[in-house]
Amino acid sequence: MAAESIDISDAMVIQPTTLGDWMIVAPVGVPILFAAILLMVRHETRLHAGIAITGLLLTLAANAALLLQVLADGPQVMTMGRWLPPFGISFVADALGASLAFVATLVAAVCALYAMKDIGATGRRYGFYPFVMALMAGVGGSFLTGDIFNLYVWFEVFLISSFGLLILGSTERQLDGATKYAILNLVGTTLFLTATAYLYGTFGTLNMADIARRVDAVRDTGPLMTLAVLYLLAFGMKAAAFPVNFWLPASYHTPRIVTAALFGGVLTKVGVYALLRVLVMMFPVERVELSGVIAWVAAGTMVLGIMGALAQSDVRRVLGFVVISGVGVMLAGLALGTEEGLTGTVLYAFHSILAMTALYLLAGVMKELGGSYSLHELGGLYRAYPAMGAFALILMLAVAGLPPASGLWPKILLVQASLESGLPWLALAILATGLLTTIALGRVYILAIWRNRPEGAPSGEPNARPGLGYVSLALLCIPIILLGVYPEPFIRIAETAAAGLLDPSAYIGAVFPVEAAQ
Amino acid sequence: MRTLIFRTVAPYLTSLMILFSVFVLLRGHNEPGGGFIGGLIAASAFAIYGIACGVSPVRRALYFHPMAISGFGLLVSALAGWLSYFFQVPFMTGLWTKVNFLGVPLDLSTVLFFDIGVYLVVLGSITSIALALEEREHG
Repeated sequence: MAAESIDISDAMVIQPTTLGDWMIVAPVGVPILFAAILLMVRHETRLHAGIAITGLLLTLAANAALLLQVLADGPQVMTMGRWLPPFGISFVADALGASLAFVATLVAAVCALYAMKDIGATGRRYGFYPFVMALMAGVGGSFLTGDIFNLYVWFEVFLISSFGLLILGSTERQLDGATKYAILNLVGTTLFLTATAYLYGTFGTLNMADIARRVDAVRDTGPLMTLAVLYLLAFGMKAAAFPVNFWLPASYHTPRIVTAALFGGVLTKVGVYALLRVLVMMFPVERVELSGVIAWVAAGTMVLGIMGALAQSDVRRVLGFVVISGVGVMLAGLALGTEEGLTGTVLYAFHSILAMTALYLLAGVMKELGGSYSLHELGGLYRAYPAMGAFALILMLAVAGLPPASGLWPKILLVQASLESGLPWLALAILATGLLTTIALGRVYILAIWRNRPEGAPSGEPNARPGLGYVSLALLCIPIILLGVYPEPFIRIAETAAAGLLDPSAYIGAVFPVEAAQ
Repeated sequence: MRTLIFRTVAPYLTSLMILFSVFVLLRGHNEPGGGFIGGLIAASAFAIYGIACGVSPVRRALYFHPMAISGFGLLVSALAGWLSYFFQVPFMTGLWTKVNFLGVPLDLSTVLFFDIGVYLVVLGSITSIALALEEREHG
């Protein structure tokens, strides 16, 4: 054929791909395949859980393989359709993206397990499991893509799936919550798209590595500060940072508890990830300029978030505010911008994904055993179900940042980093948030678990079998405690991720190997 | 809308439109057309049939649930991308081959299968929405 005589090496990837390269695509490709299969067998609701859990475990395995590969050999790249970057869309897995994708898939698999009980045949027929798979494809794509417009597309994929999950059940309250969620997220998405259009107008490329290497040349002429502020606002909205966080408490208490668990664990962290990727890697100078603003936003988010939690009497609403305050803690590392601070942020993201999902699932178990989400009505759970009390204690210690659980180390890192950067008030805010979190969750613990059951409170389901809930909680508590008592390997991963953000030369070199070699 | 004229014409119109949608789909690689617009044309064909003769004949004629068709389309598209694995090229690389079908050379490609997948996704999801709306109107 004539085509074979043409030298394509100038325009196309010519070295053959290996199975290892395919691990970059698998965390997105596998969930899409399984979403398609689940959609085809929509009415065979008995098969759904099995297919979805298989799919998520395969995705998890691919994520694990990818993470190991990234830790061993540095960032991995695959460019779609063979076209060389920046023309082909690259997927780039670095330590940050690969590790977050792994943790997110882990909690999604646990949620799929818990959903076997929480989501009935009707919910499954309305597509709970296909939505979860599509959501995870979107989340995985967001963590692994190396192209900012592609990041927008993956944001849309998981956003649309999350709309579907939010209204599963179609009660009036859910539609109300979903409307607020949808409108406010669409505003954020529009800002994201506008910023991306400006970005393309300035750089003529959307490849993140390409932008990162060219940004210094454009700094004098391009409106980079405008771009950085627009992205800060857009992703801050997605991450539920103060003062654009009001959509989260308005909607996260309405869906099924397992949906709330998945959202509270995973979705806000995608926003935080995008902030890290864009502000630290692509606009480092602008981030320094903005660091004062980000520090105030971070402090406001964590303190006001947790104050909101103190005022609530519905366990799910309490957790919604705890999610927000966790976002504030993560933003503190972004404000500092030092390697230690960013390590703290990444480590806190691991912790927060695990712990928030587990807390929401715990609320689900509490509802099942105690018959209510309201702190006025719950009570006496410790006497009846001591195992649940133990899980609750571990998780509350984790979120409050107390040993022996996972919240301790990231907070130590962040406090240390704030002090070293000369921001003692930020350190104080983090510590005060820890204290207030202890009070807020301690209040839940005392009212729902320790005190005797109040008179006239509703009882739990008569034949409540919390076995599956306990298994799900145990699966999440293992990594949570591991992060607490043996944090070394996790800190090392977070350090690699932070170093990769601060010095993206390895990331850029992986995408453009020829130029890097010159 | 159930006038005699419309009901008589609708089946012919529907079959013509579906035929045309397949033509648009296959034409799409080099000329205007493709899976998305083809899928829309096919979905409007089913919508017209539904308006004229009611929703249940459409559902019977489709045999599979529109959402299942949509799922199958997604599967075809995704698998078209995965096929690259066996040729050691990156995900979603366009792979071409020529086959002789009754003496006529046919260009087959993963791009075509991806487009067929898009066609089915659009057909399935839009038909599903249209039928649900029509059902509510009549029901």
